[in-house]
Amino acid sequence: MKMLMAVSGALFVFYVLAHMYGNLKIFSGVEAFDEYAEHLRTMFTPFLPFGGFLWLFRLLLVAALVAHAWSAFYLWSRARGARTTRYVAKEAAKATVKSRMMRWGGVALLLFLVWHLLQFTIVKFNVGSMAAENSPGLLVISSFQVWWVVLIYVLALVALGLHLYHGVWSATQTLGWAGNAAARARAKTLATVIAIVTSVGFALPPLAILFGIVKGS
Amino acid sequence: MNLTLKIWRQAGPKTKGEMVTYPVTDISADMSFLEMLDVLNEQLNARGEEPIAFDSDCREGICGMCGLMISGKAHGPEVTTTCQLHMRSFSDGDEITIEPWRADAFPVIKDLVVDRSSFDRIIQAGGFISANTGSAPEAHSVPVPKHHADRSFMAAACIGCGACVAACPNASGMLFTAAKITHLGELPQGQPERSARVVNMLDQHDREGFGGCTNIGECSLACPKEIPLDVINQLNKDLRYALIHHGTPE
Repeated sequence: MKMLMAVSGALFVFYVLAHMYGNLKIFSGVEAFDEYAEHLRTMFTPFLPFGGFLWLFRLLLVAALVAHAWSAFYLWSRARGARTTRYVAKEAAKATVKSRMMRWGGVALLLFLVWHLLQFTIVKFNVGSMAAENSPGLLVISSFQVWWVVLIYVLALVALGLHLYHGVWSATQTLGWAGNAAARARAKTLATVIAIVTSVGFALPPLAILFGIVKGS
Repeated sequence: MNLTLKIWRQAGPKTKGEMVTYPVTDISADMSFLEMLDVLNEQLNARGEEPIAFDSDCREGICGMCGLMISGKAHGPEVTTTCQLHMRSFSDGDEITIEPWRADAFPVIKDLVVDRSSFDRIIQAGGFISANTGSAPEAHSVPVPKHHADRSFMAAACIGCGACVAACPNASGMLFTAAKITHLGELPQGQPERSARVVNMLDQHDREGFGGCTNIGECSLACPKEIPLDVINQLNKDLRYALIHHGTPE
């Protein structure tokens, strides 16, 4: 069950890295970004219908999300059931904000995911002032010119970074790949790198747009 | 030194408990924590009050019987057992909160005494080897590589005190279970039952109502024997092997 959590989590790690790569395309211009979005839909088209690969991929992600969240809530409820009488005084020797925020941070990320999908995939509402008909790239630029949209994203990215740090190292432990102090240190370094690269990589496009470095035209 | 103690009093398993404040005076810095409680109990006895029930046996830090949550830390501020914690770790005028281990798998029997037989049942589920030992064999007949022997001894240092469960935010008994699995799994005698052991012990662990491990690491820091998180990694590795090669048993 915890392996399910680790494996589905690992899938998300690879997904966010790919997603980040896609986002960074905005720096090569709106056209490159739109092309990439189109490419995701036309991938493997001789074998699959238009958008087929994308839908298969989405299906996989949804399955992984359900597995991940289900295992998380299961662990949560078991932990609650395992100590029904709370301590009057309890001091954590180590538990940091990263591991303590796993659960609430996860919930926050889930809420963010809903907002994010509504904004850019399902409804595609445009909170900005720029016309962005049929261009994902222009929609992105228009949206991130609004400061509070950027703020929501930056907050979500902080949550994502913390979640990834504890998640990545935790997954190596659950899969049995952190057998001694040195391996554990390596796993934690890897976790830190992935967390920082992801958070910063995702934060660059919105911030660049907000500060006018990337413009629509 | 003079101290204010806030101690959990609970008359029996079913009754409701509460924190009661006791002042103690003239405590020597050389006393152990349990001796300090002995002093308080003598005073309570003299006043005709019910003394505070707490567990202890060897008072040498090797049996694993004692264990108190002291101001929110399992076994108090030092890396040792409660009996080997001395009053020099505290200062005059301190207010100390004393609670039993809190986990539903460790129900309170009375005051600070908890029932840890759930640990015994985890051991019964697989923490043994089924070999006819006979008389002591010739030491050289089964060679054990040194790093395996060292690792086994490191894990075997677990005295089953339950501090890992007490410190864990999930009240998980994973460090205990994993220490036993590593201890036996590193030795040749532990190999025949290795896969069944991890599955059965973990199954019993979950059935006892312990929480799941979320790799936070509080257990290892609370452990008086400094058992590292490595053993949990070993448990997960053995479990992965067992599930892949033997499938899920009954």
